[in-house]
Amino acid sequence: MDIFGLLQNTLNWLIHPQTLAYALAALGLAVHFGYTGLLNMGVAGFMAIGAYGYAMSVLHLGLPWYLAMLVALVAAAIFALILGIPTLRLRADYLAIVTLAAAEVVRYLLTTTVFDEWTNSADGLAQYHDSFRGSNPLPEGTYGIWPWIYNEQGWWMRVFGILLVAGAAWWVWSLMRSPWGRVIKGIREDEDAVRALGKNVFGYKMQSLIFGGVLAALGGIVISLQSAVVPSFYQTNLTFMVWTALLLGGAATVFGPIVGSMLFWFVMSLLDYALPALANMGILPISNIQAGILRFIIVGVALMLLVIFRPQGLFGNKKELTFAK
Amino acid sequence: MPSNEKNSNAPKKAIDLHVGEMVPGVAKKDPIIVAEGVKRSFGGLVAVDVEHLEIPRNAITALIGPNGAGKTTLFNLLSGFDKPDHGDWKFDGTNLSGIPAFKTAKLGQVRTFQLTKALGLLTVLENMKLGAKGQRGESFWVGPFKGLWNKQEQEIEEKARGLLQRFKLDAKEADFAAELSGGQRKLLEMARALMTDPTLVMLDEPMAGVNPALTQSLLDHILGLKESGMTVLFVEHDMHMVRHIADWVVVMAEGKIVAEGDPESVMKNPAVIDAYLGAHQDVDLGVVTGRIAAEDV
Ligand SMILES: Nc1ncnc2c1ncn2[C@@H]1O[C@H](COP(=O)(O)OP(=O)(O)O)[C@@H](O)[C@H]1O
Ligand SMILES: [Mg+2]
Repeated sequence: MDIFGLLQNTLNWLIHPQTLAYALAALGLAVHFGYTGLLNMGVAGFMAIGAYGYAMSVLHLGLPWYLAMLVALVAAAIFALILGIPTLRLRADYLAIVTLAAAEVVRYLLTTTVFDEWTNSADGLAQYHDSFRGSNPLPEGTYGIWPWIYNEQGWWMRVFGILLVAGAAWWVWSLMRSPWGRVIKGIREDEDAVRALGKNVFGYKMQSLIFGGVLAALGGIVISLQSAVVPSFYQTNLTFMVWTALLLGGAATVFGPIVGSMLFWFVMSLLDYALPALANMGILPISNIQAGILRFIIVGVALMLLVIFRPQGLFGNKKELTFAK
Repeated sequence: MPSNEKNSNAPKKAIDLHVGEMVPGVAKKDPIIVAEGVKRSFGGLVAVDVEHLEIPRNAITALIGPNGAGKTTLFNLLSGFDKPDHGDWKFDGTNLSGIPAFKTAKLGQVRTFQLTKALGLLTVLENMKLGAKGQRGESFWVGPFKGLWNKQEQEIEEKARGLLQRFKLDAKEADFAAELSGGQRKLLEMARALMTDPTLVMLDEPMAGVNPALTQSLLDHILGLKESGMTVLFVEHDMHMVRHIADWVVVMAEGKIVAEGDPESVMKNPAVIDAYLGAHQDVDLGVVTGRIAAEDV
């Protein structure tokens, strides 16, 4: 086994745009689930709206990248609003069902040939990068320190993603230590107690749903910066992988979702590299392709074990978050 | 009577609250709540059916009645946590029917719950601070910038500490509320409610589960609320306590108001003895509420 190559590949994932996108989405989910107690099972839908909102605004409206991103975030906020109005007065489970279904609806709308003119259906969209890449302030060339060596565009999207993650983490952290966070945490535990103190619980839950949804959409945008957007990326398993990253780190924490995402992709790429290698060497009695699938099975089992044995994640406080009410 | 023996430290009662005869629905000189034709049924069961009820201002009113009489349901209706089949009520002249719970609280009518709702995962001090109204930092856009709300937060903290001291919870301020005893949680919930600067405090069984050693101080707190100008409406089963601190007593049975008056008269009222104290167990409750004519029994 090429240990050097394995290490380089695995460490690369720590600041991969996909990892950063997961971190943003998981932060949004932390706001939803960890702090407010909202069960959002439609993370993939929010991310899809972020990615497509950005790509389509550039391609069809001819907007510069920053305005296109703004349009994408507004679209995600509206999506949250539409999902929240009928469900946030109901029990938490209803939001879970509605978000799960809505995310699938979004994906079908993006896949169907009916809107081919705008979405290019199953093939997705590409070639919307000029505006963003044209604003790259970084010097040309390929540079970095091992194992992180990229060209200026590779760095530009990573730096941009890291800045977004840092900004989002700061906003979540400072909100959660504020009186706003106090109300939100109170709602997570007992809505009626908070209502009895004169707080508009519905309004706060809506703010939380929109805020977390916008963070997930930012994640979608970061993913779209790499090459193209395709609808098949935004399946329900994306939602579950973001959940795994969140629970790995700790749902009611700020650094948990970030470190959880890094750890998730670190392990995923490690397995992606190691399992087929082990299969090739005859250590694992399976084929190459089976080895590729095996990592998802491992992730599923890990998620189950996590929820059962360490529901607070790596960084969480057990007192603050358990799945049993 | 024990209350006479301890006359020296007996609380000062508000008197002369009503107009006319002491019958259910009697008008009050200065009512803070006026309810009219409030009915709430669950399927076939009529939980609350109040024709007319007025709660006197700046007095302590006890709402008593057997389990299942509809006291909690009436609380839920008045505070906007439940919706009636029909009926109106005014709080301080404002029509409150159909108003969501958080708005009634904003208007100055705060309540506690029979099953305590201290937020166990927040500290005692955070619980208290949550109660304060008009916090700038509770806005999404202001929250992240501590400089914009920190000063107000300090003021709120000071006020919270003062109340915690009064309720003898100051030593516990850093503890999670989940670590408190049941009685301490009741105290915390009441103290937290006071953080909203209410004009009317509605307490649903504030004494239930409270250690007898704490009861006296809780009574003093409730009396203190009246002294500082608030109105108290509370549900209680302990007759001794009702007699001791209530200025006015409203008796419910099977959803209806069956009697009201000052504690002494109400305790002597045969309808109350029947309905609540169960002295005449042979008489059906339905007779008291008028559901069944006495002769039929
Ligand atoms: N949510 C509900 N659903 C069905 N029945 C209810 C509900 N809430 C209260 N009740 C019924 O209404 C009646 C009054 O209850 P409650 O107001 O809790 O009485 P109290 O507080 O006087 O003991 C009881 O018979 C109770 O079973
Ligand atoms: Mg009750």
